[in-house]
Amino acid sequence: MRDVAIIGVGLTKFGERWESGIKELMAEAGLAALEDANISSKDIDAIYGGSMTPGRFIGQEHVAALMADQLGLGNIPATRVENACASGGTALRQGYMAVASGLHDIVVVGGVEKMTDVSTGEATTALGGAGDQEWELFQGLTFPGLYALMARRHMHEYGTTEEQMAAVAVKNHENAYHNKYAQFHRRITIDDVLNSKMVADPLKLLDCSPITDGAAAIVLAPMDVAKKYNDTPILIAASEQASDTLRLADRESLTSIKAARIASQKAYEHAKVTPKDIDVAEVHDCFTIAEIIAMEDLGFFKKGEAAKAIEEGRTAINGDISVNTSGGLKGCGHPVGATGIKQAVEITWQLRGEAEGRQVAGAEIGLTHNVGGSGATAVVHILKRVN
Amino acid sequence: MPKYRIKVEEIARVWGEDAESIKSGLNIFEKSVPGIDEDSATIAVEAARRAIKHAGIDASKIGAIYVGSESPPYAVKPTASIVAEAIDASPYAMASDLEFACKAGTDGMQIIAAEVLSGMIEYGMAIGSDTSQGRPGDALEYTASAGGAAFIIGKEKKEVIAEIIKTVSYVTDTPDFWRREGARYPSHGGRFTGEPAYFKHIINATQKLLEETGLKPSDFAYAVFHQPNGKFPMQVAKQLGFTEEQIKHGLLTPRIGNTYSGASMLGLAATLDVAKPGEKILVTSFGSGAGSDSFALEVKEPIEEKRYAIEAVEKMISEGKIYVDYATYLRNRGSIER
Repeated sequence: MRDVAIIGVGLTKFGERWESGIKELMAEAGLAALEDANISSKDIDAIYGGSMTPGRFIGQEHVAALMADQLGLGNIPATRVENACASGGTALRQGYMAVASGLHDIVVVGGVEKMTDVSTGEATTALGGAGDQEWELFQGLTFPGLYALMARRHMHEYGTTEEQMAAVAVKNHENAYHNKYAQFHRRITIDDVLNSKMVADPLKLLDCSPITDGAAAIVLAPMDVAKKYNDTPILIAASEQASDTLRLADRESLTSIKAARIASQKAYEHAKVTPKDIDVAEVHDCFTIAEIIAMEDLGFFKKGEAAKAIEEGRTAINGDISVNTSGGLKGCGHPVGATGIKQAVEITWQLRGEAEGRQVAGAEIGLTHNVGGSGATAVVHILKRVN
Repeated sequence: MPKYRIKVEEIARVWGEDAESIKSGLNIFEKSVPGIDEDSATIAVEAARRAIKHAGIDASKIGAIYVGSESPPYAVKPTASIVAEAIDASPYAMASDLEFACKAGTDGMQIIAAEVLSGMIEYGMAIGSDTSQGRPGDALEYTASAGGAAFIIGKEKKEVIAEIIKTVSYVTDTPDFWRREGARYPSHGGRFTGEPAYFKHIINATQKLLEETGLKPSDFAYAVFHQPNGKFPMQVAKQLGFTEEQIKHGLLTPRIGNTYSGASMLGLAATLDVAKPGEKILVTSFGSGAGSDSFALEVKEPIEEKRYAIEAVEKMISEGKIYVDYATYLRNRGSIER
């Protein structure tokens, strides 16, 4: 297996992109990534496109071929990847495998979701497809409902408080304030979160990531030629993935995502690092409780101790570990298919020292944690700056 | 303005929603409800009669009547002919209905102004009148209300209460709010009705008007913006550089709801009730679909002698109100039938 490097990244502004259709979003992120890699569209050998449910959002399927079309990539293999909210992270892993195996040399991975053309109710129903349709959605559960169950159990077992969950949103909005690509540029307080509208007790509106339009793209190349395109190629030191039961009730625990634990353990082993070596992480905070659970599953804090650590500011930028410097899903926005790619884009900028206004000092090793559904898929990548 | 009102608390009670957050979020407290025998035609006739009385002219001199509404009682058959006959302006008059969501009334003002300026007619009347619909349970229910206003436009200087200095429009194909043929209630694009619709069109029309007239926001004593809720006009005023003081007299929605085609025209009527000769008024309407008409007006001397000819808008809004419960509201709106 060859070492694989990220040689170019691109992102659209996240938010309510009323003026842009899915094609414009793809082109905006994709062309930015090609330009960043200083590469021509004719040099691309394959594309993997992550998108969760564009068919239900805007009636458009077949989006990987559409990405190749929009970017003028010619007749290369184009493959859509769907793994619910982990579609982006999974697409990145498909691209990684294609380059690592030697099958392809230069590969583009993209992620896109155009979500604001439908009502909040329709979007919630479409996203519900990430759960077990028969056993969860038909019975009335929604994703806020599933994560609310996890939050309640976490509160019961570890004494986690609503204020501690709110602290995740406050931190991520603060980070987003410094990210020009973020959906929200609004600082919020603990009280703002606690007083926001109840969605699924105990999760309030400001505990939930928003509905977002956006796209992200990355260009991958074998490490040995990466310097030809980019002075600071970023090594993909590990790309791991695991799955679990779709139904939350069938899992071993409500307060931990086993697939994330497995994927991260394998990633640490493969990259030969420990959680302590990670300088910066982008984790899947679809709801504030999810970031608390992620901190524990990834081994950054002992079980039951993450909420307090977050509240104490230990995961703020340049804290013990800088978490969700982009603003995360909560502050930067969550165009589901694009999120997993965006996480790696943010880590790439951090490791290159290009995260304007939110740079983690001396960041050398970063991690991304992308979760599908309530934890039936988890994808973890570890990225390293190569000196 | 119908005398019936329903409070936000009463609607929120039925749907299990939080009245306080709706009141603070939308800056709306109560809205007008049409009586069981009121529709946009009866409201148009009422407004037309008051306008004739205010102008003190012979109705037979009205050469054109345009009624703007998105809730005409007939899908086919004009309201304008009902009004023309009711006020004795017919039969030798142009009469037609206009539709442009909430701005059809100000479209009528522009058309009448053009016909007066061209010499086609001596006087013309533009009416904006609605008994707007909101699907039960839809967020629109807190604001969609009933009311109307009529303006007579002529060019006899000794009669003019306010001169139209300039008017411009801004229009794009923006599907933010619509009602398809045969549909009972309108559909809307939720948050899409804000930034890319209301704000974009009002801001562009108003800025174009300011550019063409060379006037600044501070040159106007008053400003009126379309008011689908109580919050948007305050936000758009601030973005354009107008103060709360400038818009307060014309901001009626918090107390009467969104009267759609009547909204910016009623705001102008209420502002004229307090304006003094020499003062300038800016009015920018908004209609979904989408467009804005912006007007720069200067108040003239005859306003003083005509001021008390009819009841002031403020009096209609605040006096003789009768509060109804949600069931009566549904009955009056025709949402339930026996």
